[in-house]
Amino acid sequence: MSTSTTTILNLPDQATATLPKRNYLNAEHGLLSWLFTGDHKRIAMLYLFSITFFFFIGGAFAGLIRLELLTPQPDLVASDTYNKFFTMHGIIMIFLFLVPSVPATLGNFLIPIMLGAKDLAFPKINLLSWYLYMAGGTFTLAALVLGGVDTGWTFTTPLSTHYLNTHVITAATAIFIAGFSSIFTGLNFIVTIHRMRAPGMTWFRMPLFVWSNYAASILMVLGTPVLAIAIVLVALERTIGIGVFDPTKGGDPLLFQHLFWFYSHPAVYIMILPGMGVISEVISTFSRKRVFGYTAVAFSSVAIALFGFFVWAHHMFIMGVSNYSALVFSLLTMLVAVPSAIKIFNWAFTLQKGSLTFETPMLYAFGFMGLFTIGGLTGVFLGSLGMDIHLTETYFIVAHFHFVMVGGMLMAFLAGVHFWWPKMTGRMYPESLSKLAAVTTFIGFNLTFLPQFILGYLGMPRRYHSYPQEFQVLNVLSTAGATVLGVGYLLPMIYLGWSLKYGAIAGNNPWQATGLEWQIQSPPLTENFLVTPIMDHEAYDYEWLAHKTEQEVTTVG
Amino acid sequence: MHISPVLWQFLVKWLTASALFPREASTIAPYMDALYFFLLAMTILGLVLVGALLTFFSIRYRKERNPVATHIEGSTLLEATWTIIPLAIFLVCFVWGALLYFRIYSPPVNAMNIYVVGKQWMWKAEHPGGQHEINALHVPIGKPVQLTMISQDVFHSFSIPDFRVKREVIPGRYSTVWFEATTPGTYHIFCTQYCGTQHSGMIGEVTALTPDDYQKWTQESTSGMSLAQNGERLFASMGCNACHSGSAAARGPNLAGVYGSKLQLANGSQVLVNDAYLRDAILNPSQHVTAGFAPIMPTYQGQISEDGLIDLVEFVKNMPTNYRVQQTLVTSQSDQTAPTASGMVKP
Repeated sequence: MSTSTTTILNLPDQATATLPKRNYLNAEHGLLSWLFTGDHKRIAMLYLFSITFFFFIGGAFAGLIRLELLTPQPDLVASDTYNKFFTMHGIIMIFLFLVPSVPATLGNFLIPIMLGAKDLAFPKINLLSWYLYMAGGTFTLAALVLGGVDTGWTFTTPLSTHYLNTHVITAATAIFIAGFSSIFTGLNFIVTIHRMRAPGMTWFRMPLFVWSNYAASILMVLGTPVLAIAIVLVALERTIGIGVFDPTKGGDPLLFQHLFWFYSHPAVYIMILPGMGVISEVISTFSRKRVFGYTAVAFSSVAIALFGFFVWAHHMFIMGVSNYSALVFSLLTMLVAVPSAIKIFNWAFTLQKGSLTFETPMLYAFGFMGLFTIGGLTGVFLGSLGMDIHLTETYFIVAHFHFVMVGGMLMAFLAGVHFWWPKMTGRMYPESLSKLAAVTTFIGFNLTFLPQFILGYLGMPRRYHSYPQEFQVLNVLSTAGATVLGVGYLLPMIYLGWSLKYGAIAGNNPWQATGLEWQIQSPPLTENFLVTPIMDHEAYDYEWLAHKTEQEVTTVG
Repeated sequence: MHISPVLWQFLVKWLTASALFPREASTIAPYMDALYFFLLAMTILGLVLVGALLTFFSIRYRKERNPVATHIEGSTLLEATWTIIPLAIFLVCFVWGALLYFRIYSPPVNAMNIYVVGKQWMWKAEHPGGQHEINALHVPIGKPVQLTMISQDVFHSFSIPDFRVKREVIPGRYSTVWFEATTPGTYHIFCTQYCGTQHSGMIGEVTALTPDDYQKWTQESTSGMSLAQNGERLFASMGCNACHSGSAAARGPNLAGVYGSKLQLANGSQVLVNDAYLRDAILNPSQHVTAGFAPIMPTYQGQISEDGLIDLVEFVKNMPTNYRVQQTLVTSQSDQTAPTASGMVKP
């Protein structure tokens, strides 16, 4: 594949090419110009660096967990420490990586440009969101440095309120604050998408990436406050013992589960929807075709968001919810799987009669399609009531949500970062290395998590520090896979960092894509467009692009 | 199960021998596994379909073979197809799963009852005959066993993978699960809900015995006092018999035969008296005042352990006449066997 020159890369002549003299990166200098910036692109870069930082901290904990599980005996660390490891891994990865990853980095950078706007609706709130995110991150690190917390990321009461003497409140504060970052980001996106579209940019001319971020924003704005409330109640219960969740005071510990999952199930869609948007863009670009059934894909995002609010109790099928409410939630869970299936088939049929090339983002997108299909279908196992009894709280569920969130979301994030890297930095990355990273990640991922499905059906419970001897072989396989996976994640760190200084000059539109963001210079000007663009064609209109390539790009300063 | 039984046996034996599959040791297990193989087949089919589409299109429409893309807007027929077919398959999964769920969570009426108390970090099983076990459970094969479980502190979850059953053990309320073991042997008990430091140490073994062996085990490990007898002692020592004396002029309702009946409450509602109601009525009496009685009973919250509550409940459960209450009024010490209810399974 690599030898046959399938590439459509449209790079300028490297001998004469330079980065644009004026762009958002060099518009101002000095640390303060970054810390007080109102530019959505600079804020996106701040997010990208901080999110990457937390991803590798969370990843380090994942590595420690897998290392401990190499042997059945509790030999690497004590059980308390192990419990702190998986708690930190969960909190960091979910609240500080997966939830903000695509919206806060790629969404922040791209949504205004894709809509033809100069910035988000509220630039200062956007900056505030990043500060809140960093404050949340700081509290998380504080909880870690002060001695850790071992509630698990789910903060289950009464364990978190009455039985642990670790830094529960510090960690809860972290999540509370980080939650507001997410609420503000969602609010900013919703207002921007409603109010700041360029002339001609109708709802159904918006790129699908904008649609999916719009759907995710609705979830962020409506769901996150409920988490905040649940967290505050945990803190109050812990400090002054209000007894909302305490059965000895007439409270109900299941109430916490309802409140918590009312946010935390939709949170899965906050994570995955923006990733789905990335996949739509990437698949369309490298097929040179409009996404098959654009409207269906757009509406399926909204459908996922709406249905996503009504399935939370499927986390409680074995917890003593009534049999009949279990029925309802199981049925709704099955319904929410349908829009995901629609998307997968629409993406697959986008390839039909396309003119396909396989650059790195496309490889990641293909990886996403395979892994997300497994993740989604194994979700049906868990939505199916009887099956859930045996599988829930085992490694099957661990494998399932890692397939969706890591296999799906992280692949999509990497696809997006590679896809828009030339736009964000103006430079390309080494093609062969990046393809190697994509393939390594895919192999490592499957080796890590496929054995966990089997472990789960065998009955190995999750969050176990030590386990019976007979589970060892599969755990060793999983740990070996995690090592490969780690390499797959480190590689992009290295070559992307390298490309910042030495990468080939990318030009405005290396992929010959149709989005508005590709019609302006790379890296863009601070004000994105010198003249407000007029959207006079549908999204993904490659015929329009073919006619346009002859003309001079109008927006270079 | 619509697979040929011979083929099924062969498949299960082969999988079990390859250690990729748990043993099937309860009557539920084959039903669970049948659904599992259906879901597995559906997943593999879906994955192969998506994989085949991606591979085929990637080869057929790569740039060298198809330099110019053809514009396609979409196809309502195709999209309807891949909306309706997955929906139909998912609905089959839903119905099948729901049937299994009701089967697993609806105990048969003739099930024998064993109490389980979960606490950080041990499982404590209490047989009606007074046998106590820690992190162990002995059950007979070929007989439905219902576990009535409660947690003394945090959420735990009681799981026996080889029986394919699991249920959350919740502080403050009874939850139940039942199974019928089919093969003698020992199987893992896991706590699957994260419950603090020693979570992975909260494991045990369930030993399925032939009825004869089980009989032998109960005789060898009895403490001499049944749960109901312990309850009777507790009943006397807490002074319950002062009010619940069973006489017409008593300040509290007569408890004889109350278990399983419908009770008229002072607030006008009617409740079914079961284990959960009895427990709650002892802990929060003011919320469960029986019609015709004054709300004078104090709360026993924090004064009786979960084990003690189980004993009391078992005592009330097995009290078809008020003979025992009359006896305990006379003496708070008793070494006689409490009379057994007709439905009680003698160990």
